[in-house]
Amino acid sequence: MLSLSSVNWDPLFLTFKLALVTTLVLLLVGIPLGYWLAYSRSRLKPLLAVLVSMPLVLPPTVIGFYLLLAFSPNNAFGAWLEQTFDLRLVFSFTGLVIASVIYGIPFMVHPIQSGLRGLPPAYKESAQLMGRSRFSILTRVLLPNMKPALLSGIVLSFAHTLGEFGVVLMIGGSIPGETRVASIAIYDEVERLNFGQAHLLSLILFAIAFVILLWVYTRGSKNWKGVVG
Amino acid sequence: MIDITLQKSLKSQDGTMILDLSFQVESGSFNALFGPSGAGKTSTLKMISGLLRPDTGSIQSHGDIWFDSQKKINLAPGKRKIAYVFQDAALFPNMSVLENIQYAAGSDPDRAYLENLISSMGLEKLVNHKPDMLSGGQAKRVALARALAQKPDLLLLDEPFTALDQSAKIKLQQHLSGLHQDYGFTVILVSHDHAEVMQLATKAFIIEAGQLLRSGTPAEVFGLEGASDEITVMAQIIDHDAESITVMHQGRTYRLSWDASHQPTIGSWINIRLKTTDAQINSLGKL
Repeated sequence: MLSLSSVNWDPLFLTFKLALVTTLVLLLVGIPLGYWLAYSRSRLKPLLAVLVSMPLVLPPTVIGFYLLLAFSPNNAFGAWLEQTFDLRLVFSFTGLVIASVIYGIPFMVHPIQSGLRGLPPAYKESAQLMGRSRFSILTRVLLPNMKPALLSGIVLSFAHTLGEFGVVLMIGGSIPGETRVASIAIYDEVERLNFGQAHLLSLILFAIAFVILLWVYTRGSKNWKGVVG
Repeated sequence: MIDITLQKSLKSQDGTMILDLSFQVESGSFNALFGPSGAGKTSTLKMISGLLRPDTGSIQSHGDIWFDSQKKINLAPGKRKIAYVFQDAALFPNMSVLENIQYAAGSDPDRAYLENLISSMGLEKLVNHKPDMLSGGQAKRVALARALAQKPDLLLLDEPFTALDQSAKIKLQQHLSGLHQDYGFTVILVSHDHAEVMQLATKAFIIEAGQLLRSGTPAEVFGLEGASDEITVMAQIIDHDAESITVMHQGRTYRLSWDASHQPTIGSWINIRLKTTDAQINSLGKL
């Protein structure tokens, strides 16, 4: 008989921890990146726009594979990280966060970029004429007037990280308490023909994803729809 | 004195237009850039403010260089002591009226000045309102107050009276006139309304297709000094009797008295010269 008491909650907690940390890092990275993509006239802009969108089309395993190569202590970058900072990113939570941030970047950057582009240019221009700094204009004028877009970025990034599998499997493996997130745990349980546990974890994940998306559909903005198709 | 020389290639729906302007604006004066839509008025304003970069040229205000393409100087918009009122007010929706004004005033605001500004513009009751609760006229007044909160040397106004009803328009014009007299800032107003320019500006610059056609007082540039007191209209004779003829002009018929010594020819065209001071026309209605 299956009951909630028999659920191994560790993978679920780890999943939420990963999603939370990833979303926070994505916010810090996504806002300046979205700002640059929204307003820059640099010739490098198309290049960066393409790089930001790559995770939308590449199989997660491709990203995971290259990150695995990059982070591996047998290669230059990974060796340098280990020697300089005593940091090993493969099969670690930190590595998982970095991989999730890279994989989730379009889900944060695109809503922010379109939210900024959707604001009347006169908001930014008036604030510029008032002699305010870029930081003040961004935090006091632009971001507060595009809350729905910002919220969409946060919710999409969070929800997307919950469902990650390929990238996590490639560079995180399945270390309990460290890299064994819910999607990996479900896969492992199925492999072991332990369908009951797989069922419970799947159902909980399904319910959470459903509630989050339902909230976005009923309360979220129009900005996010373009991102997920 | 502000010396402005601007060249810029502007892209529009009708193709590329070369804007090439050179003019001077006196300190404390009220100037109008007048011309049809697409003449380059708003682009000129944006270049003066620093929001749009001219291809070549220079802008100097009281000896300070704001822009000089040869010396590669381009002062940031916030460093030019300019305030700008946009066509659609552009108030920040997340801030109340007071917060909008305070944000514009900077980190060390002159409270007495702001209070005076708010009361002289009749905004006391609106200070806690968010912009979406304001009427068009109120929003424009707040936008003007917000611009003046910056204590600008130069105020740029981009068609601030469009989309306002007559009473809101007159109210805003009165506020603007009064504040201009009180504080003595320089104004450049973009407009395509003759009456507006006549009423407010002391100098007008007529711009068409990116070129300065003429400048002077509004009366001079609109040709008021040479205004005629006669109107000549062309009409066709369609009927007559012993003392009068009936003519048609633009689809309407008019009866005019006629010197009986001349026989009118039905179907012929005549010029009717009318004194604007005492013209009387008896309309018979539309055919």
